[in-house]
Amino acid sequence: MNVGIVIVSHSSKVAEGAADMVRQMVGNQVSVAYAGGDESGGLGTSVARIMAAIDAAWSDAGVAILVDLGGAETNSEMAMEMLPPERQGKVVICNAPIVEGAVIAATEASGGSSLEKVQAVAEELSAQ
Amino acid sequence: MDRDLLYRLIEAAVGTVDSHWQELTALDQAIGDGDHGAGMKRGFDAVMADADKLAEQPLPATLTAIGRTLVMSMGGASGPLYGTFFMELGKSLDAAPDRAALNAGFTRALAAVAARGKSEPGQKTMLDVLAPVSAALDAGADAGTVARVAHDAAEATVPMLALRGRAAFLGERSVGHMDPGARSSSLIIGAVCAVLEEQSA
Repeated sequence: MNVGIVIVSHSSKVAEGAADMVRQMVGNQVSVAYAGGDESGGLGTSVARIMAAIDAAWSDAGVAILVDLGGAETNSEMAMEMLPPERQGKVVICNAPIVEGAVIAATEASGGSSLEKVQAVAEELSAQ
Repeated sequence: MDRDLLYRLIEAAVGTVDSHWQELTALDQAIGDGDHGAGMKRGFDAVMADADKLAEQPLPATLTAIGRTLVMSMGGASGPLYGTFFMELGKSLDAAPDRAALNAGFTRALAAVAARGKSEPGQKTMLDVLAPVSAALDAGADAGTVARVAHDAAEATVPMLALRGRAAFLGERSVGHMDPGARSSSLIIGAVCAVLEEQSA
């Protein structure tokens, strides 16, 4: 079971496009889901949508989330805290650029790496 | 807290959002992404839809449910911030809090919002209203005074430089505009205080 990837952007097109890039570059061994836009489809992020995306990408190995701007991170943290107890602690936000981070994280995940390893590899992008 | 007062408090908070949401949109268009007014209206309309049921519950359950409703319906960064405030208040208060418990609960809710937004007072956010209000509560201020403190604190964000939130991207250009989150916080605190003032009169 490989780590799942969730992409959270203020724009549904960015989120969908990044997920599409991951699927084409990495293939289908990793479940990828995305949450883009607010409740009414405008620019923004939605806790309910992020929770649904975590559910869609769920893997017992965990889920790595890639976010764009501030509100995406705040809403993702809120969504993580609202998960059922058995899923707590199995979801992380990667401090990495959203598109590159998603592709790198998914590539690492496709090889069966742990959630910690997937997060670390994605976050190396920011450290460079 | 009796059902009737709780209902009137909810109604007052929703009512002030309803009559000011376009102003909040205009403020957010100046220094944010313009979604604050619509998000607040969506969130508080959702609260109003459940107001009858909410007011029946003990205060902590009411506050927690309001917080969850705001988180799930507002969208945007302010949903989790407002949601965290109410959820933490719900966790902190008992069914009939005295003044000291209320002050302590407000302080904890303020800290939870600061942690959620990774922010602190002085960065041109809603915390610049919540922090002086918390201080006024601790100093024993009555409802009318608390409302004035909140209003003045929102005005005081106009000359500030934004260091958190979308407005921070604007740097110096954020100066000269009131922070939308500070304004919405002051409106809700003002509405709640007006009901409490009337109650105690």
